[in-house]
Amino acid sequence: MSNIPSDLKYTKSHEWVRVSGNTATVGITDHAQAELTDVVFVELPEPGRKVKAGEACCVVESVKTASDIYSPVSGEITEVNKPVTDKPDLVNTEPYTGGWFFKIKLSNPAELNALLSPEDYKKQIGG
Amino acid sequence: MLKRTALFSAHQKLGARLIDFGGWEMPVQYTGIVEEHLAVRNAAGIFDISHMGEVTVSGAGAADFLNSILTNDIRKLTPGIGQYTLMCNERGTVIDDLYAYRLCGDVYFLIINASRIEADVAWMQVQAAKFPRHSELSLTDASHNYAAVAVQGPRVNEFINAVIPGASISALRVNAVTDLKKNQIGGFKFENQSVLVSRTGYTGEDGFEIVGSDDAIRHIWDKTLADGAPFGIKPCGLGARDTLRTEVCYPLYGHELDEETTPIEAGLGFFVSLDKGEFNGRSVLAAQNAAGVEKKLVAFKMTDKCAPPRPHYPIWANGASVGIVTSGTQSPSLNVGIGMGYVPPEFAKRDTKIEIEIRGKCFAAIVVQKPIYKVH
Repeated sequence: MSNIPSDLKYTKSHEWVRVSGNTATVGITDHAQAELTDVVFVELPEPGRKVKAGEACCVVESVKTASDIYSPVSGEITEVNKPVTDKPDLVNTEPYTGGWFFKIKLSNPAELNALLSPEDYKKQIGG
Repeated sequence: MLKRTALFSAHQKLGARLIDFGGWEMPVQYTGIVEEHLAVRNAAGIFDISHMGEVTVSGAGAADFLNSILTNDIRKLTPGIGQYTLMCNERGTVIDDLYAYRLCGDVYFLIINASRIEADVAWMQVQAAKFPRHSELSLTDASHNYAAVAVQGPRVNEFINAVIPGASISALRVNAVTDLKKNQIGGFKFENQSVLVSRTGYTGEDGFEIVGSDDAIRHIWDKTLADGAPFGIKPCGLGARDTLRTEVCYPLYGHELDEETTPIEAGLGFFVSLDKGEFNGRSVLAAQNAAGVEKKLVAFKMTDKCAPPRPHYPIWANGASVGIVTSGTQSPSLNVGIGMGYVPPEFAKRDTKIEIEIRGKCFAAIVVQKPIYKVH
């Protein structure tokens, strides 16, 4: 059974978003890490980069494949999780805590309304 | 509609993730590629290889016919022995790579790649029609009659005799499955059916491949998982099969081998018997063997910390793009990016510094001797 914390928002492409003031923290869900299994490499965006909602800005590689990670919202990348590049398996072991990817300063907070609630995300993954 | 093997419901029951592999719905992984890979390196694993093709060739003309279409010398085979070999066209490029077994007298059994069954059989039929003694030849695609599993790993010999007990009754006569030596094949009785067991595999580890009816293989799958459980056996998917064979640099058709590549370029000259007489592609292969090749298959390890190399990534050397990666992955045994690819011979020497282009950036790698991972 996938862990879907109730205090986060989600995307159809399996990212989670934790909002604090005008900043959002982004990672991938427990369901996504279980699907990928064995994450061996994470490529993070440069801080300062401006991204649009839905833009590919990280790459997560498992043994088998490379997968793009999309920014759920528009804004400027303010911080990235360096430790996850040294220990990519944090994505598998701590998807909602130590395995986060980046923080983004929201340029259009209204976009948050388009994200999935925990219940909707659970429905999407057939949970 | 994807084809399904006799073990399809077994895979579903185990919660396997299924993918389309050359038209077959096959398990890519059960619990995870790394876990399955390490099970095979350290203990044991079982793979469904029922998608692979089987062709029987028999008759007084069989040996001469096979010697005219395959690169290795079939006359080296005594009954109960198999060999790795390649089937080439007149240009010396590879139609398929396969295992050829001599079961007895004039009866030969070929195991071919799933994705090549139609191409191989069509090619063999055309060649058979041209063969002067075609009346002394019988060629049958028996692929739909057989399912198969590979049981691989250092601990397999501790339980395989319990799975298939007793002495062989055909091909090589031995008292027990574990009496088979590398490349030997025996026919064994299993629940009143006959199954073929060879000491071969595609992982670099010791192990066996077992071919039989759908029913027999379903029972052998269950029995192997039960008897192997105390030894740490795991069901393994195509993902682990690919990382295991890449570590030991076994070629995969469609990656290292295709109809634009010769066995000499692929570094498989050991399996090309240039002095056995005429065979398809011989003159091209002899010329390459004498004069050298324009591209050579190399193995490499990443020396930069970077994403794993993948098939189709460009290979760079001296500031120029010089080749293409054919297989690449993160090595679960070595925990480093590894791969194979074709480069001009001047970059094929061991310790040559090359670069792999990953998403527009180049990362350092070094050419290493094959196999990349040495089995203990």
